[in-house]
Amino acid sequence: MYKKGLYTIVSNTPLTPVVYRMVLEGDTQYITNSGEFINIELSGKFLRRPISIADYDERTITIIYKVVGRGTEQMKNMQAGEVLDILTGLGNGFSTNNDAKRPLLVGGGVGVPPMYNLCKRLLGEGKKPMVILGFNTAAEIFYAEEFRALGVDVYLSTADGSEGTKGFVTDVIREKALEFDYLYTCGPLPMLKALYDATESPAEFSFEERMGCGFGACMGCSCKTKYGNKRICKDGPVLKREEIIW
Amino acid sequence: MVKHYDTSVELCGVKLDNPIIPASGTFGFGREFADYYDLDCLGAISFKGTTRDARFGNPTPRIAECEAGLINSVGLQNPGIDKVIAEELPHLRSIFHKPIVANISGFSLEEYEECCAKIDKEEQVEIIEVNVSCPNVHNGGMSFGTQPESAAEVTRRVKSVTTKPVFIKLSPNVTDIVSIARACEDAGADGICLINTLLGMRIDTMRRRHVIANKMGGFSGDAIFPVAVRMVYQVANACQIPVMGCGGVSTADNVIEMMMAGATAVQVGAANLKNPYAAKEIIEALPKEMERLGIERLSDIIGIVK
Repeated sequence: MYKKGLYTIVSNTPLTPVVYRMVLEGDTQYITNSGEFINIELSGKFLRRPISIADYDERTITIIYKVVGRGTEQMKNMQAGEVLDILTGLGNGFSTNNDAKRPLLVGGGVGVPPMYNLCKRLLGEGKKPMVILGFNTAAEIFYAEEFRALGVDVYLSTADGSEGTKGFVTDVIREKALEFDYLYTCGPLPMLKALYDATESPAEFSFEERMGCGFGACMGCSCKTKYGNKRICKDGPVLKREEIIW
Repeated sequence: MVKHYDTSVELCGVKLDNPIIPASGTFGFGREFADYYDLDCLGAISFKGTTRDARFGNPTPRIAECEAGLINSVGLQNPGIDKVIAEELPHLRSIFHKPIVANISGFSLEEYEECCAKIDKEEQVEIIEVNVSCPNVHNGGMSFGTQPESAAEVTRRVKSVTTKPVFIKLSPNVTDIVSIARACEDAGADGICLINTLLGMRIDTMRRRHVIANKMGGFSGDAIFPVAVRMVYQVANACQIPVMGCGGVSTADNVIEMMMAGATAVQVGAANLKNPYAAKEIIEALPKEMERLGIERLSDIIGIVK
């Protein structure tokens, strides 16, 4: 169930030159799962901006966004105290109702944020998650310390080898011979596909698609799955391994 | 004493509590909105464009944002008429107890006829809206809606299989909207719905490629409102049958403007996608807007501006 509400910006700070973290205060009761997203109205923009939830608690929502266009450029310049009109409770999120004991979480670039709350949730359920964060280069890395502070093993990969394993997240799995019984991932499509091919465990993949409404009405972000047509915004963004058609 | 503002209108004998109808393709079959407000506040609902066979539609991305609107190239994704009748219609009826407008699309005269014959048997449906104007399907709906003869032929074929009021939903992507609307009226249409989306296109200048996979799509939203008002005005003044106005409506003031231009009912489309409460908020704002403009009965202002 989603809900429209007003949220006050508590902070809006850069994590890297192009990635920002915004903390919002307001009603969070409709957020029930890690991996959901919110849809933000921006003045002068017709469509809202869907952004994944990095973390939330009883009264705040934390989002981490990359400045990639006019909308996120506008967000970057917002100040604490400003009020935003936001839809919350969107998307299915990740499922943790399984018997995995050692899940692997893989985030690539701006696919990293939803892994953070998921990691906390899994820890809270007594599981022992490990985390791979993939970036292009060391200067783009964010949230590695925050994940480490949760007390989990954190592995890094950079495409140029400037930090961690040189190459891709799949190279980390090989190099470190990581053993896991469940995979959760969010990131660019080529990364998701590479992980799909390189692993065999049960897995959940969080997808991205250009959305219209974000709540299932416009059919703009539909995709085909083995279980029929699904809307990334409403029936996703998380799809299970067995249903994905690449 | 609080004055009573009468928002009711009548569309081909179908009484609506108010003229607001969520437009086809922006409201699904009501499910996504029913959890958030009581749909019975709406005048009617026009459900997602339905074809004979199930369709996935066009490849993604199929949404592009624009100044004051968006382009979509969804391409009539729907579960097909049989599934709509078996599953969606009963569910919609369970959450919505006011008139239902069935939006039907087709790729051939036979398909229009077959779908309308099936929907004619459904008691829940009060009005059939025949889409001859979808810009997103090749050799599809829009080719029927761009010529008076073919639009009239669809109208005749559909009218021969149903006794329900038939509205033909027309495309703005034509040179002479009046000749097409008149041809539909002469062929027996009970009403005209206009406008569907304007054919548009966006280019991602950084990547030097189309934003939308299908290259072009239908432009809707606030920006097209003046085009819609103009066409509603032209058609309402040229035809005797009622007009459902559609295109860029996002406020109660827009509704009144479109009615003054000649619309008997007003559809709200893209606004629902930006704000899921848009239709409800417009309905709630109507009495106040009527008070401001000195209108006691909304039906009094239909086509009042000549």
